[in-house]
Amino acid sequence: MRRETRHVGSGASPRIAPAVTGVLSPMTDIRDAQMVGRTSDGRLVQRPLSGHLTVYINLDMVMSVGHRVTGCALAVGTIVMVWFLVAAASGEAAYATFSWWLRTPIGYLALFGWTAALWYHYCVGIRHLIWDTGRMYDLPTVDRSRLVILGATAVLTLLTWLIVIL
Amino acid sequence: MADAKGLKIDTMRSFLGRARGLGIASGGVHHWWMQRLTSLALLPLTLWFVWSVVHLAGAPYAAVRAWASGTVHATLLLALIAATFEHMHLGVQVVAEDYIHTKPIQVAVVVAVKAATALLALAATIAVLKLAIAG
Repeated sequence: MRRETRHVGSGASPRIAPAVTGVLSPMTDIRDAQMVGRTSDGRLVQRPLSGHLTVYINLDMVMSVGHRVTGCALAVGTIVMVWFLVAAASGEAAYATFSWWLRTPIGYLALFGWTAALWYHYCVGIRHLIWDTGRMYDLPTVDRSRLVILGATAVLTLLTWLIVIL
Repeated sequence: MADAKGLKIDTMRSFLGRARGLGIASGGVHHWWMQRLTSLALLPLTLWFVWSVVHLAGAPYAAVRAWASGTVHATLLLALIAATFEHMHLGVQVVAEDYIHTKPIQVAVVVAVKAATALLALAATIAVLKLAIAG
């Protein structure tokens, strides 16, 4: 990353982090000193800036936020699961009310959203577990895993509803 | 942090110096580990649950009751409930801590999430036990 010029407060910031950390270049801003790190073999490097929504946005950032959003949506969705169990335990009338609500357009929409959110969170979660082992971090693999996640989410969601309908 | 004369000395200290001796913020490793452990448990449990409810869709009440009251299904349901709600309160806590910057509101939201999660988990557990014991 070259930092010959700085445009503080400028909308078109030159501090867009490249994917690879650069060789240490002469510093022109005192804040750059906080961005210096060492590689495991001891070389000094300038760390890349983390992504920021006002500078750039990409699909990986959206998918990362999506994991959190679907997680929170599923948390709300657990109310339906609890309702299902409590209704089943309460008797035939309570269960009939529960079933009736699920068969309304809102019920179907919520259930469809729930299955899509579930499978997305499921697939991204598996990638997080793999990432925790230190594997599949390189960009070509991330390019592939991103497509696999989106594809698998679509396939699993459609498959779930195919089984319901058939 | 202030010295004996009440002067702010934080600005002249390194980040490491400021953090040293404070200990971990709030049991971070345990939080991280439980999040992973529950997610592992949920991989098979979720598949089983979705597979089950998909086949119960449109089934009469008696069939649903018969399914839920089996010992194996009741056991798996209780495991699903435990893993789901443990995973859930840990996850929502992280989201609240990351995006709510006003400390009192943040703590209130985290406490509310934990309370709601505990109540949902208890209600679901009692429902499953009721089904399993009543048959």
